Amino acid sequence: MELTVLVIKSLVILAVFGITLLIATYSTYAERKVAAFLQDRIGPNRAGPFGLLQPIADAGKMFFKEDFIPAQANKWLFILGPCLAMLTALMSSAVIPFGDSIRYGSFEVPVQGIDVNVGVLYVFGVVSLGVYGVMIGGWASNNKFSLLGAIRAASQNISYEVALGLSIIAILMMTGSLSLRHIVNEQNGFFQWNVFTQPLGFVIFLTCAFAECNRTPFDLPECETELVGGYHTEYSSMKLGFYLFAEYINMFTSSAIISTLYFGGFQYPFMHQVHDALVDSLGSTVGHNIATGIGTAVLFGKIFFFIFFFMWVRWTIPRFRFDQLMNLGWKTLIPLSILNVVLTGAGLLFDKFKYATWLIVIVMIIMAATNAIKAPRRKPVTVPQL
Amino acid sequence: MLQIAFFAFIALTLIGALTVLLTRNVLYSAYALLLTLLGVAALFVFAGADFLAVSQIIIYVGGVLVLVLFGVMLTSKPTTISTSTVVASERSNAILAGSRGVWLGVLLAAGLFFGLSRLLMNAHFALFDQPISKAPTTIDTIGKQLMTEYIVPFEVISILLLVALVGAGYLAKKSIKP
Repeated sequence: MELTVLVIKSLVILAVFGITLLIATYSTYAERKVAAFLQDRIGPNRAGPFGLLQPIADAGKMFFKEDFIPAQANKWLFILGPCLAMLTALMSSAVIPFGDSIRYGSFEVPVQGIDVNVGVLYVFGVVSLGVYGVMIGGWASNNKFSLLGAIRAASQNISYEVALGLSIIAILMMTGSLSLRHIVNEQNGFFQWNVFTQPLGFVIFLTCAFAECNRTPFDLPECETELVGGYHTEYSSMKLGFYLFAEYINMFTSSAIISTLYFGGFQYPFMHQVHDALVDSLGSTVGHNIATGIGTAVLFGKIFFFIFFFMWVRWTIPRFRFDQLMNLGWKTLIPLSILNVVLTGAGLLFDKFKYATWLIVIVMIIMAATNAIKAPRRKPVTVPQL
Repeated sequence: MLQIAFFAFIALTLIGALTVLLTRNVLYSAYALLLTLLGVAALFVFAGADFLAVSQIIIYVGGVLVLVLFGVMLTSKPTTISTSTVVASERSNAILAGSRGVWLGVLLAAGLFFGLSRLLMNAHFALFDQPISKAPTTIDTIGKQLMTEYIVPFEVISILLLVALVGAGYLAKKSIKP
């Protein structure tokens, strides 16, 4: 019966892999549709019903383009760059718990690639590897703009990793474990979700996730107005496709990690009542599996919301300047996240009180309000009489 | 199966290390160092030290090596390798090491290896004599040991890092003209 467990496990891993790729594919379609909606256009609607075949047509187009390698580029590193970007993007979804567990006979197989004890740190390791795909590709192109874009990407990723890590430490202090499944199980009940106990940490994490994915407003590495095309200026055909695709995979993974860390993962309100009712009416195997399926569907709902949020922000907030980006990272987010850690620790020491960081939020809101009140009123513009 | 993976990672580590030693292109040696560090992290996993493996990747691969790459990319002077072309875009972007001598590098590496291995052989590890703990992760043990037995080295290292941070801040600040 060991074989059955192995088969279910490998099916889960295959499903995670396939779903990641599928969602990344259709994120490109969704991005264009959302952009069209926000700009009052129609968007892609020619290939298939509602333009649903558009991503496949795009991929076909990418494959048939000329695959060009510049003469003075470093050939093997030039090929290695997009491969590394793709590899590191696909690796991090392995530790995300997508659901509770599947029961089969007397076995319980968790819906997760691998349940490692250092899950959060694994995600960090893979994220820090992600820099290399961009750096190798940008350097190997032998082009000043590519190199500038690559260096921007790397420095941005390193700077925001610090704040990202510090904002998670508060969660680790409350949970006492590095396993993502344990963190999800800890957020049992709606007001136990980490977004309510760690509001500031959530905002910091979300901002850093945008920066790590190189998404607008932090897409400085591919800023067209300054850098032509950034680190992938010299790339064409499916190599360029891999870079763009890796960005969408990163977007999916970071949405999944945000929902897992802060929005309770596969937990939803009244989950245990639903689970008990299903087990009572359908038996402990089928009922449990269906309850797991509902949890997974809820998790994917949260993930889709965050992917939409990424796109929404892209068409709402303009790009930062590079010094603004660095100032935000080093002078605002890192001190704030250290303060967050200290206050969370104080609350936990005091009386296991989890909601201590609301204090920072309240103080910040009051400060912003007083600033807005004290700010000098702008004089109404007087149109000169002609 | 496990042994094959083990020897594969050993081969990865050694090939990376040899490339670092023998290649002339500095960028290649930096990327080969990436391979070596990843291989060492995998060997840590085989030794049951998963936390150490992940922190190796985060600190060395994600931090130190990126800084090394920055240093190499930003501080290298464009040396004319093929003197036939003057146009910048027709030059290859290889960054070559200054010295060509292989023996110097081998000698240095052998000396470092000898010194470090002697140091490790003579060191006294308190946890070696105790039975392996049955804890699910090594994090508990590491945290407790850091806060009890190794508190002095821990504090010394934190002061050292603080000094380094302050120094870096001082160097990076805009110089005020007299």
